[in-house]
Amino acid sequence: MLTINGKEYDFRGMTVAEVLKELGYGEQRVAVELNESIVPKAQYGTTTLFEGDHLEVVRFVGGG
Amino acid sequence: MAIPTKEEMYRALEERHGAELQKKLTAASVAVCGLGGLGSNIAIALARAGVGRLHIIDFDRVDISNLNRQQYYPEQLGLYKAEALYDTLSRIAPYCGIRRESVKLTEENIPELLADADIICEAFDAADQKAMLVNTVLEKMPEKYLVSGSGMAGIAPSNTISTRRVTKRFYLCGDGVSDVADGMGLVASRVLVCAGHQAHAVIRIIAEEYDV
Repeated sequence: MLTINGKEYDFRGMTVAEVLKELGYGEQRVAVELNESIVPKAQYGTTTLFEGDHLEVVRFVGGG
Repeated sequence: MAIPTKEEMYRALEERHGAELQKKLTAASVAVCGLGGLGSNIAIALARAGVGRLHIIDFDRVDISNLNRQQYYPEQLGLYKAEALYDTLSRIAPYCGIRRESVKLTEENIPELLADADIICEAFDAADQKAMLVNTVLEKMPEKYLVSGSGMAGIAPSNTISTRRVTKRFYLCGDGVSDVADGMGLVASRVLVCAGHQAHAVIRIIAEEYDV
């Protein structure tokens, strides 16, 4: 299992891009931290998730 | 009436904030990116607190639709927001070192334009621009503190807005969900709550108080 925003998921082996799609996040409106380090947007498609990973997806909404 | 001297202003701040905190505030450099409902209010709070250097950035001009929540006056309609806010901040804090810029921040120019700041405030309006600034700063400028705002539209309770420390140097304020795209307008009081959270997160970082 791995943790995404505090919840457990069995997404081992999936890439960050696949996880974002699965959970319905638009890539242009998020920042993603994997184990406390930013995942560069260019690496969403090549960053694979492993057992025990902590993923934090910050989703931005409009207004300011 | 003549305005007080730099020393008089400093002493008044010192009396209210304490000598130790005021020294840190005066030495601090903060960039405010986007000068709308969040940014204009954040910049004013920081100027009043005696932050020594402010860098205010927005490409846009003051529009009548801004007046319900942004710190501009009807006679400033059509002016660049950076220029209009510079005038207001100069009246509030005449000895603050203010750098203003009417440019659009991009992935390319952010590292150079924001190099002077210890702390960067994301105060944009559009969700994709918020994400662009946050990703660029986190990827290319990991030594900076970053305070972002997301989710303050509508009239939901003010207590749903909070400050979260996402990672060591990245703070996120707002309720995270209230989106203008869902048809909710932006109301001065609730935008102010979020701006207050962001400005206060900045002040606490300057004070070296990092918890939330």
